Amino acid sequence: MIQSRIHRGKIFIFAFLFVFPLFCMSQVPERFPKPDFQTDYTRPDLLTPTPRATALEYIDIFVLVAALSLASYFAHKQRSRRNIFLLMVFSLAYFGFFRKGCVCSIGAIQNVSYVVFNPAYAIPLTVIVFFILPLVFTLFYGRTFCAAVCPLGAIQDAVVLKPTQVPSRLENVLGVLPYIYLGLAVLFAATGAGFIICQYDPFIGFFRFGADFNMVILGMSMLLLGTVVARPYCRYLCPYGVLLNWLSRLSKKHVRITPDECNNCRLCEESCPFGAIKKPDEDVPLETKQVDVKRLAVLFIVLPVVLLGSGWVGSRLYAPLSRGHATVSLAEEILLENSGKRTEMTNATKAFRASGKPTEELFAEANSIQHNFKVGGWIVGGFIGLVLCLKLIGLFMRKRQIEYDVDKGKCLSCGRCFAYCPYEQVRLGIITPEEADKMGSREVKPKQFRA
Amino acid sequence: MSGKTLKIPIKRRDFIRRSVHTVVGLTIGGIGGILFSKSSSEEMVWQLDPNICIQCEKCSVNCVLPHSAVKCVHSYSMCGYCDLCSGYLQPGARVRDTGAESQLCPSGAIKRTFVEDPYFEYTIDEKLCIGCGKCAKGCNSFGNGSLYLQNRHDRCLNCNQCSIARRCPSQAWKRVPASQPYILKGDESNKFLKS
Repeated sequence: MIQSRIHRGKIFIFAFLFVFPLFCMSQVPERFPKPDFQTDYTRPDLLTPTPRATALEYIDIFVLVAALSLASYFAHKQRSRRNIFLLMVFSLAYFGFFRKGCVCSIGAIQNVSYVVFNPAYAIPLTVIVFFILPLVFTLFYGRTFCAAVCPLGAIQDAVVLKPTQVPSRLENVLGVLPYIYLGLAVLFAATGAGFIICQYDPFIGFFRFGADFNMVILGMSMLLLGTVVARPYCRYLCPYGVLLNWLSRLSKKHVRITPDECNNCRLCEESCPFGAIKKPDEDVPLETKQVDVKRLAVLFIVLPVVLLGSGWVGSRLYAPLSRGHATVSLAEEILLENSGKRTEMTNATKAFRASGKPTEELFAEANSIQHNFKVGGWIVGGFIGLVLCLKLIGLFMRKRQIEYDVDKGKCLSCGRCFAYCPYEQVRLGIITPEEADKMGSREVKPKQFRA
Repeated sequence: MSGKTLKIPIKRRDFIRRSVHTVVGLTIGGIGGILFSKSSSEEMVWQLDPNICIQCEKCSVNCVLPHSAVKCVHSYSMCGYCDLCSGYLQPGARVRDTGAESQLCPSGAIKRTFVEDPYFEYTIDEKLCIGCGKCAKGCNSFGNGSLYLQNRHDRCLNCNQCSIARRCPSQAWKRVPASQPYILKGDESNKFLKS
């Protein structure tokens, strides 16, 4: 009883000595009285320039709808790579250089995840439209958004000079990165730690003619890499591409290489810089098939273990991850200072101590954020484990392929392969159907009727 | 016979495809509907709260713009029009004049004009101001606090993630509705009173 009273007394003295003066400091008093002017001096007004008018946001929405519709029209009806390219240049100019790359559909993922967990945040209408519309268009027409509307895709597409094919193993490994990026971005946005997609957007510096030194280096190297590996960001990082990939597989209509029927002439084989053309199967020996089936069975058995394991790893990573949240890092600094391990105050701790907020409140907040990171880590880790397993399952499950066709998930509907197809040349009236038939072996499709 | 057995799985696959397509379409529609119900037609813009700001000078270098969108603003209603202005003059300046060596502002963006004895008016030239907040710190420490930093929306690009807000040590930055885009001090604060 006495002890607690002494304790309370200590707190009070502490508050009186330290917190109270600091609290007073934050409330700046009027130290000098307002002058009483004798002359006819009038105070000037404080100018408050207004933000960009909301009406202009509707223009953005209109341009987005128009660009998406045109892109789908060019890809599906006209099958014109030239028009897709021109539209892409326009999008780069408008969404990239004129609108300075904000708001974009990729970044909108974070606003959406943020609003789900922070109901107080009123999400702007434009952000919703930028998030939803490309998804809807993809569900109907494939990834035409990537081909001609996304400014980040456009700036990379413009530098594709000498694309090389990425080895399929490397491609499969790198293909997991977007899922991890998506998971982390949603985790960081949902916990309120920040928008990492925007933070590490490699091309925003080009659109604004100015960025961090590190980001400029990252953007430049990404573009340099993009000359030989086409669209590296889109293929191996873009988190929005993950969603588009899923939806594009289900798309109602999707561009095809040939406007007619494939005759396996192999002319388009090397035409895709993104490795999105599926080739007809070669004969697989029976033993390999049996091994694949065994592997598949093993995979299904270990699937739950992998899910739990990766979820556990994700939740264990809460400490380093949660440090990305300003409140948690501030709490850690305060803890360091209170324990006397650090004597010099940082700007952040100075500001916090001047605000007069109790440290207990800060620690409670930091704890609840860390808890969120733990729960989120389980979910994100489990998600990544699931993706890994599904990717492996996809590798061992062979779907019969009898002709050259696009991989609906990866295909960006850019239209580069169209011109390679002899039947496209027939459609354009450049060669006759007979000439086209001679190039391939339309009649001979031995694998088609394989039981 | 063989033709039939070939056709049936294709139909089943088509049926599954179509139903998954519909389900996913409805899901996206549902998400869209929920989001729309939470939306506001108004944009959110970034602003810093001058009552939390500690004038750490980070605003001047962390903006994505080459010249920061943050500028010093002056609340004339709070200003004491002092001759010895702690936001204008270097601490320990020999003379109270407009000489560069007496000025606190590194870019000479504050204009000092004589009004009447003993009052001086201070105005900010935003073209020169770099948003470092040195003057605001001086004014807050020893004066009325009439000089303070604000994000100027004629310059701000309104990035989805403000790169100043991310590095603000006092967490003074927040998203505010575009109809109330400034957090002002003094009499001017009534200009954007929250309804």
